[in-house]
Amino acid sequence: MKFDDADTVIARGVATSNLEVSGTNDAAPLERDYLVAALLAKNTEGTNRPMRLAVTAILLGAALLGAVLATPVLAADEPKHGGTLTYLIPADAPPSFDGHRETTFATVHSAAPFYSVLIRVNPDNPSSTTDFVCDLCTEMPKPTDDGKTWTFKIRDGVKWHDGVPLTAADVAATWQDIVHPPAGVTSARESYYIMVDSIEAPDASTVVFHLKFATGAFLPALADPFAWIYKKATLDKDPHWYEKNILGSGPFKFDGYEVGQSIKGVRNPDYYHKGLPYLDGFVAIYAPKENVRVDAIRSDRAQMEFRGLPPAAEDQLRKTLGDKLAVQTSDWNCGNMITINHAKKPFDDARVRRALVLAIDQWHGAPGLSKVANVRTVGGLVFPGSPLAATKDELEQIAGYWPDIEKSRAEAKRLLKEAGAEGLSFELLNRNVFQPYGYVGTWIIDEWSKIGLHVTQKVEPTGPWYDEMRSGNFSVVLEANCQGVVNPLLDVGKVLPHSVYTENYGNYQDQPEIDLYQRMIHETDFTKQRALMRDFEKYVLDTQAHAFVMTWWYRIVPYRAYVKGWKISPSHFLNQDLATIWLDK
Amino acid sequence: MYQYIAKRVLLVIPTLFGAAALVFILMRLIPGDICVVRLGAGGGRFDEHAINLCHAENGMDRPLIVQFLSFVWGFCHFDFGISMWSGKPVSLEILTRVPISLEIALLATVIAILIAIPLGTISALKQNTWIDVLVRTVAIGGIATPSFWLGIISILLVLDVTNAITGTPWMPPIEYVPIWQDPVRNLEMAFLPAVTVGYRYAAVSMRMTRSAMLEVLREDYIRTARAKGLVEKLIINRHALKNALLPVVTVIGIEFAFLIGGLVVTEQVFNLNGIGRLFVQAVQNQDYTLTQALVMLTVAIFVLTNLVVDLFYAWLDPRIRFA
Repeated sequence: MKFDDADTVIARGVATSNLEVSGTNDAAPLERDYLVAALLAKNTEGTNRPMRLAVTAILLGAALLGAVLATPVLAADEPKHGGTLTYLIPADAPPSFDGHRETTFATVHSAAPFYSVLIRVNPDNPSSTTDFVCDLCTEMPKPTDDGKTWTFKIRDGVKWHDGVPLTAADVAATWQDIVHPPAGVTSARESYYIMVDSIEAPDASTVVFHLKFATGAFLPALADPFAWIYKKATLDKDPHWYEKNILGSGPFKFDGYEVGQSIKGVRNPDYYHKGLPYLDGFVAIYAPKENVRVDAIRSDRAQMEFRGLPPAAEDQLRKTLGDKLAVQTSDWNCGNMITINHAKKPFDDARVRRALVLAIDQWHGAPGLSKVANVRTVGGLVFPGSPLAATKDELEQIAGYWPDIEKSRAEAKRLLKEAGAEGLSFELLNRNVFQPYGYVGTWIIDEWSKIGLHVTQKVEPTGPWYDEMRSGNFSVVLEANCQGVVNPLLDVGKVLPHSVYTENYGNYQDQPEIDLYQRMIHETDFTKQRALMRDFEKYVLDTQAHAFVMTWWYRIVPYRAYVKGWKISPSHFLNQDLATIWLDK
Repeated sequence: MYQYIAKRVLLVIPTLFGAAALVFILMRLIPGDICVVRLGAGGGRFDEHAINLCHAENGMDRPLIVQFLSFVWGFCHFDFGISMWSGKPVSLEILTRVPISLEIALLATVIAILIAIPLGTISALKQNTWIDVLVRTVAIGGIATPSFWLGIISILLVLDVTNAITGTPWMPPIEYVPIWQDPVRNLEMAFLPAVTVGYRYAAVSMRMTRSAMLEVLREDYIRTARAKGLVEKLIINRHALKNALLPVVTVIGIEFAFLIGGLVVTEQVFNLNGIGRLFVQAVQNQDYTLTQALVMLTVAIFVLTNLVVDLFYAWLDPRIRFA
């Protein structure tokens, strides 16, 4: 690493501090040394020259010493080949192995190591919301035709695990299956690709995407972690084959699956990213109970789980394992949302909906909740780490984020009185998943009681919870908007009316909202797009109060410190091919 | 005796048929649709066409009577169909889980018998002494303590004790290995759950043994045996215990049958991929075929166990044999 100027280094240090790593860490001590040195250098500005010279000399000496001392650290952090990673999947089993069909992490954590994708979030920089790199392609293309044509060159020499060469035809057929699924085939993220017109493979190493319109939402959507490349010949023969079988071209080859017990992979010696993967293999054990997972990490029966554990589990592991534990944390591209059923009176009245929003004190609630639940950051419709996200000042202009909670609650009471809904009683539908639904639901009911509302909670298992939302048999529901790649333009689609976004359960129609969204998604100038996003956010959360966003989730991944090479991302769906993980044992 | 066995075996048929009809109807009465749950499990999108296809794939588009007859016919020749959730054969789903559940049940039964019969007998023989009080206290403790709680505590205890002694916390393996592949690892995994389940099992059996022994010890033939000068050991083992075992065998049989599919929470605490956990998943997912097969399996185990207990009765008590 070269010396940068002080401001650049500090900025980088602040930027990376979002990704907290304790315990041993890849090259982090060295970076911290430079950061400290840079801070000291910045603080010496304005002192007299001899003093500055002396300080500079000391700093140079310290830096040299740091560099010398850091050398063994780097050597120790040289990736090692071999070993088997045992990790836990907090689920009973995936419903199927087909990434195109499923939406659950249980499928990704089980099968992602077996597959390749066309492009992906940079595995060396997964916390970035804008850094996309090639996996099967050779270089990230520049779009042509005013941003409507994207041409990808596919690597030579890539082989399926059965030894057959992978070609552009496979990639095109896969994307065809995702974007335009044949009858009877479910593509869970078909709606992400509304901008895609057609996909073709003009030769064995070229795939071309033709778009209907240019949009910044396309590239992040293309990096979807479920978009595993399947073999064309297999898809042609049986489009459902991948639901029960695995055949990929990824870093690991399938080595066995025990239903509800474990899935195993072994190193793919023909993997196209040379030198990877580092591991000889992996064993993923299904363990739905949290105490089992915590005990397993504590006793080294397993090294980690990737989804995330609650703060109490982190504390327990820290206490018992000390420096044998490393922890990575990150804001999570998942947030609880309150959806209000407009079809139920008095929730058809925007004043009542606004009152519900205004009662909640997110700024003071978040710190308390974060001590017991996987939540932390207050944010608006857009993931807080994204360039399109609202700043704190911008948020404070929106109902539900006002800095003065007393003023906010007084306004809520006034609106309820005006709408004739004082002392309103209703039921909050919640999901029987304790982290964080249970905590957030209980807290929000307490908040509502502060404006005189009488709210009870109905907790349902996942299946019936979805059933009630789909059938409209609820007044207010606590649900979640959980996404993979941070792609705000698509992620906010959740608040569009049901006619546009089928997984919206608010039962409302709002053409001005749809028009605003259309303008935003077609806008290619970032500054204008950001301004439109602010308008959209204000309209949905404040003017109409169709729904409101609760504190964003916070991902805490504690793991054995000898596991190296894995970096946390804002989604538990991302960076799960395990290729860069190695064991320092 | 043969007539007795034949009667018992023939009774199995209407019992199984009745259970099949009951479970079939009950599963259809539960609100919801497996295809909706399955396709929308993670909030995914699906259309009417996908639901219809799912119904057709799982044979749910046929009339109910056809579905029922197909289920009964399949059961008759051990074809349980395909799991609606995983798409795998139900027999495979169940067979994968049977070994661990069976092993825990057998181990727990052995532990229970080894503890319950000697201690229950001693407790009866030393009635109202400190030994009796101690045994009764242990037995009441076993009945009052939920197995899953005991499981959680025993894991924490093992972790802390091994950490204190060796500096490295240890817990049983969480991935099942068949006993013929790695006996040590297999027993490491099965022992602790078997002990925690076996403790409650032993407590129930212990109390039953004690009360049955107390009753038998007051019988005339025991007094006669003592009066004619038989050795006490012989009186207890041959005359008292054999007769007192009749109700104990019933309890052991019922508990054993329960353990095969009933260790729902204990299996979760120890991450055992057993029949109990599968049962919960099947019901949660509204997987008709798997739930039906599991209920029928449980019924079959209960019926079979009762049959064995009845036959055991006949062996223990000549009055039944010759009646």
